[in-house]
Amino acid sequence: MNQKQLRQGAWITLFVTPGLIIVGVFILLPLFMSLYNSLFAWNQLLPIKFVGFANFKKLFTGYPYQVRFFNALGNNGKWFLTTMLLQNSLGLLFGYLLSRGIAGNRVFRRIFFIPVLFSIVAVGFLWSLYLKPSGLVNNFLEVINLGAFKHAWLGEEFFATPTLIMVNIWRWVGFPSLVFLAAIDGVPEECLEAAYLDGTGEWKLFWKVIFPLIIPAITIISVLTVIGSLNVFEQVYTMTGLDGAPNYSTDTIGTLFYRTAFGSVDAGSPEIGIGSAIGVIIYFLTFAVSLVSIHYTRSKEVQL
Amino acid sequence: MKRILILCLLMITAFPMVFAGGSKEAAEPTASSAAKTVLQFWTWRPEDTDFYNKQIALFEAQNPGIQVVQTAHKNTEYNTILTAALSGGSGPDVFQGRAYGGLATFADSHYLEPLEQWLPELKNYSASALLGATSPTDGKIYGSPAVSQTVFMYYNKSVYNELGLEIPRTWNALIANFEAMKKAGYLPLANGAKDGWTLETMLGGMGHAFYGANDFYNAVIKGETNFMDPRFIKMIEKMKSLTPYMPDLFMGVGYEDMRADFFNEIAGHIIAGSYEAGFFKAQNPDLDFDMFAIPGESASVPAYVSVYADMNFAMNAATKNKEASVKFLKFLSSREFGNAMISDLKMISSVPGVDAGDDAFIARVLELQKNATPFLFLVGFRYQQPTGSSLWQAAAQGVMAGTLTPAAAAKQIQDGIASYYKPFQK
Repeated sequence: MNQKQLRQGAWITLFVTPGLIIVGVFILLPLFMSLYNSLFAWNQLLPIKFVGFANFKKLFTGYPYQVRFFNALGNNGKWFLTTMLLQNSLGLLFGYLLSRGIAGNRVFRRIFFIPVLFSIVAVGFLWSLYLKPSGLVNNFLEVINLGAFKHAWLGEEFFATPTLIMVNIWRWVGFPSLVFLAAIDGVPEECLEAAYLDGTGEWKLFWKVIFPLIIPAITIISVLTVIGSLNVFEQVYTMTGLDGAPNYSTDTIGTLFYRTAFGSVDAGSPEIGIGSAIGVIIYFLTFAVSLVSIHYTRSKEVQL
Repeated sequence: MKRILILCLLMITAFPMVFAGGSKEAAEPTASSAAKTVLQFWTWRPEDTDFYNKQIALFEAQNPGIQVVQTAHKNTEYNTILTAALSGGSGPDVFQGRAYGGLATFADSHYLEPLEQWLPELKNYSASALLGATSPTDGKIYGSPAVSQTVFMYYNKSVYNELGLEIPRTWNALIANFEAMKKAGYLPLANGAKDGWTLETMLGGMGHAFYGANDFYNAVIKGETNFMDPRFIKMIEKMKSLTPYMPDLFMGVGYEDMRADFFNEIAGHIIAGSYEAGFFKAQNPDLDFDMFAIPGESASVPAYVSVYADMNFAMNAATKNKEASVKFLKFLSSREFGNAMISDLKMISSVPGVDAGDDAFIARVLELQKNATPFLFLVGFRYQQPTGSSLWQAAAQGVMAGTLTPAAAAKQIQDGIASYYKPFQK
């Protein structure tokens, strides 16, 4: 190895090391620690005995962990489906409309994106106020003569999770909008012109030309949606609490994990072994579902 | 070019160090206090910061060599922060500890110092206060009991006088009072159901009137009966029957809103703990309220209140300042401090021999405590997951919203506790 290569190697090491250290200490180490912790039986905060996969078995078959886990996972599923369908379709629509240079599109770009910049805790707190029985939302319904549709939005099992999802869509829709806008703006002008010259309508243009060319952006947004939906925590924590109230209807694996692993005033003593097992499952689920969704959307990609 | 790059890198690495150095310097005690022992003291009561500062000033005047630094964390995050600190080998020297299961978590993990050898005066405390400070695993006392809480019905005296109502002696009389208030345009009962734990408070206020107070408690603890007991199911039905007197859309009414309805005199009653009185007074000094124990169906059976030990002062087993910590703990267990808790915070101090005579509220609570029963799930079933409390809170929300029947709710609770509670597995 000559002098030049050596120097180059040193430079590369210098730039890569900080990143590697961060990934190692904050991502890989906790993952392996969780895996390690999940293999032990714990007495309060101390590991006492190696038990292999007994914690995982308890989680999947023991009462009430099994019921709680699948209930929470079902709610994560609701988050994923609703976000994918509503938020990302809306994002695509907004991104497309903004790219068509409609009047005031520069102002709208900023307006759509502003909520993304808000702190999630502040959004949760404010929307909790708006969604109170006597809050803004119900008062608005009253004013427009729809008083019959007033609800305890965060207190009724049927509405609680959909309400949380809607608030999150309000906060986050600006992000996919912006990503899709950038992707659509990146579609080569000559492709669009050629399509126009062939007399293609706007609808066909979108589905046959633009859509296939922005699949990479859709892949990114889908993967982020998967990761986001499996990691839902702050929204639930700030708006309906750690217990996934009412009656576990807003529980997600994130809140279940936190409650189980760390305990709480009401939830009781920490169960670090089972909590760690949930943590490991969250990791592998996110990893597996992300891989599947990348693979699926990649297969739809086209090259110019 | 390369030099500039290296310079930039150096600056980037040096920048945080400069700041880290700065903040460290700020945290170090000043020169005048350098010789003092500094004790870290944590609480979960940000609302009582002024009170503790005042008391700490008194303590420091008596003990010039000790400086106490108070840190108050948000109530709901306190346990997590404390767990992280203690398991990391640091944490406060002296701190507010939870009672019952919340104390056992830290005690069984060897993070707490057993206190009997340090505080011989603990033997003078009442047995019920010590129960909340004792680990069931080794029977040692890990906390100096600070306060007990009592759950009962608060009522607005002005509204009672205006409508000519009397303290009810039977359940039906209570419902009649509710009806009268409803007719007069008042909200009869402020309680909501959005925050599950307020439904546990509601249970503490009215449940014993139907499940049979101490008889049921003692039997269920021994496993002689369980939560499928018809008395327990009937109690849930009775709680559900209160919904017409609760706020509109009560499933969305949280803790802050229900308290506001009561101290703003919109509502005539609220089932709540003795810890609310100071807050009510502070929010509305003109509010004229009193309390009663919720009666059952017959006036001949005494009406009960639920009582639980709520807070202990505990010592970190790993503290390097044991002597100073003990001094501070002794101060927190003194009659003077207990009296201050009564007069300033309106809390029922557990310190033996405190003087409650001057305070009408405390005197009334102590009178109500003559017929006391343990706060069911908190005292008996908060040691393991899923706790009776979390099971009850979720199931009660289901019942109040009408998505669970009382019998199904009782089964949910029974199955959950039976998954670990030995007396239920026989």
